[in-house]
Amino acid sequence: MKNPRDFFASRVGIIVVGLVLGGLAATLQWKGNPGNMGICMACFTRDIAGALGLHRAGVVQYLRPEIPACCLGAFLAALAFREFRPRTGSAPVVRFVLGMFAMIGALVFLGCPWRAVLRLAGGDANAILGIVGLAVGIAIGVQFLKMGFSLGRSYPTRTLAGLAMPFVMVVLLLLAIFYPQFGAEGKAALFRSTKGPGALAAPIVLSILVGLIIGFLAQRTRFCTVGGIRDVVLMRDFHLLSGVAAFLVAAFVMNLIYRQFHAGFEGQPAAHNTHWLNFAGMRLAGLSFTLAGGCPGRQVFLCGEGDGDAAVFVFGMLTGAAVAHNFVMVGAAANAAYIVVIGLIVVGVIGFMGREKLALAR
Amino acid sequence: MAETVDARGLSCPQPVILTRTALQKTSGGEVIVVVDTMTQVHNCTRAAEKLGWQASYADKGEAFELTLRK
Repeated sequence: MKNPRDFFASRVGIIVVGLVLGGLAATLQWKGNPGNMGICMACFTRDIAGALGLHRAGVVQYLRPEIPACCLGAFLAALAFREFRPRTGSAPVVRFVLGMFAMIGALVFLGCPWRAVLRLAGGDANAILGIVGLAVGIAIGVQFLKMGFSLGRSYPTRTLAGLAMPFVMVVLLLLAIFYPQFGAEGKAALFRSTKGPGALAAPIVLSILVGLIIGFLAQRTRFCTVGGIRDVVLMRDFHLLSGVAAFLVAAFVMNLIYRQFHAGFEGQPAAHNTHWLNFAGMRLAGLSFTLAGGCPGRQVFLCGEGDGDAAVFVFGMLTGAAVAHNFVMVGAAANAAYIVVIGLIVVGVIGFMGREKLALAR
Repeated sequence: MAETVDARGLSCPQPVILTRTALQKTSGGEVIVVVDTMTQVHNCTRAAEKLGWQASYADKGEAFELTLRK
């Protein structure tokens, strides 16, 4: 019998890792990534969707190496610490839909929960509305969980299934490195923005290295932005949130040092100030992430552990990004207002229908 | 006979919710929680310790058996 202790599971461990992650994110921005977007699981997945030709928004097409690197960093950590456990079977199609709506909601706000924190750390006051919306969405999700919401169990599966997503990520990483053209430039994949946020990127070696480090450390600590708020709402447990707070503090301090802190609502990079949409978009994302069990980063890291259900969620995010742009639902665009309402209804129905008959909590 | 909670294969935070529910039903004794990842070992340990229980675990190959005592 062992006592379950290790540094990464400790409060100090997650705070140290949160500081490192926040510092690295600010550094990626300093070295060229878009404003307040050192790392963003939603934006970068959306950029990858664009690079692959899944949407036509010319300014956000770039095969971001950070996402595959994050997954592979987590994969290496899982292998090194014998935590690679191929598993799947927990309502994958529902997770796909949750992934889509989580992404659609995040893109109305213009950022995942990681970027919401980074936007705040960069002085973007619009992030406050997004973070409040995120917290409200998570709180609604916690109520569903307390009423017995569950997507059912996953079961151990064969190694092949667990390796599938890391393999996909290796392919994406190779594509990001070599950036091959499969036809006339601008007409065939891979696409690459020449202007806009998609044209801004840190040196690829740095992006890959930081992605690997983030993936490795986050897998060890179970760093999760949504889990941070969820655990406080659910049981006043501040463990994960202390990591997120450290992430915010480190990014803020590094932003001051790099002179990339600019306070205000106006003129913020890749942001809009339609307040209710910032709130409602992240409320939808927060609820979707909570029902799926974790933030987009966490889902990417779980893929590295061999979690096939998380992999389906990530494919849902990729699809959601394409749908969001193709149907003009991003930021404060014309259809964003409709989709945040439709999304809340759809995900709400998933929440109600997913309740098990036994109440799991008082 | 200690109560056993089977939380294998459940997403966050369901193993923790099940563990807390089981612990809050009793004033003390022993509760066994079966999970399949170290993440859940740590999560359930943290939740149990917050309620004043002590935790230890054993690796059973396909799963981990967490023993909680108070």
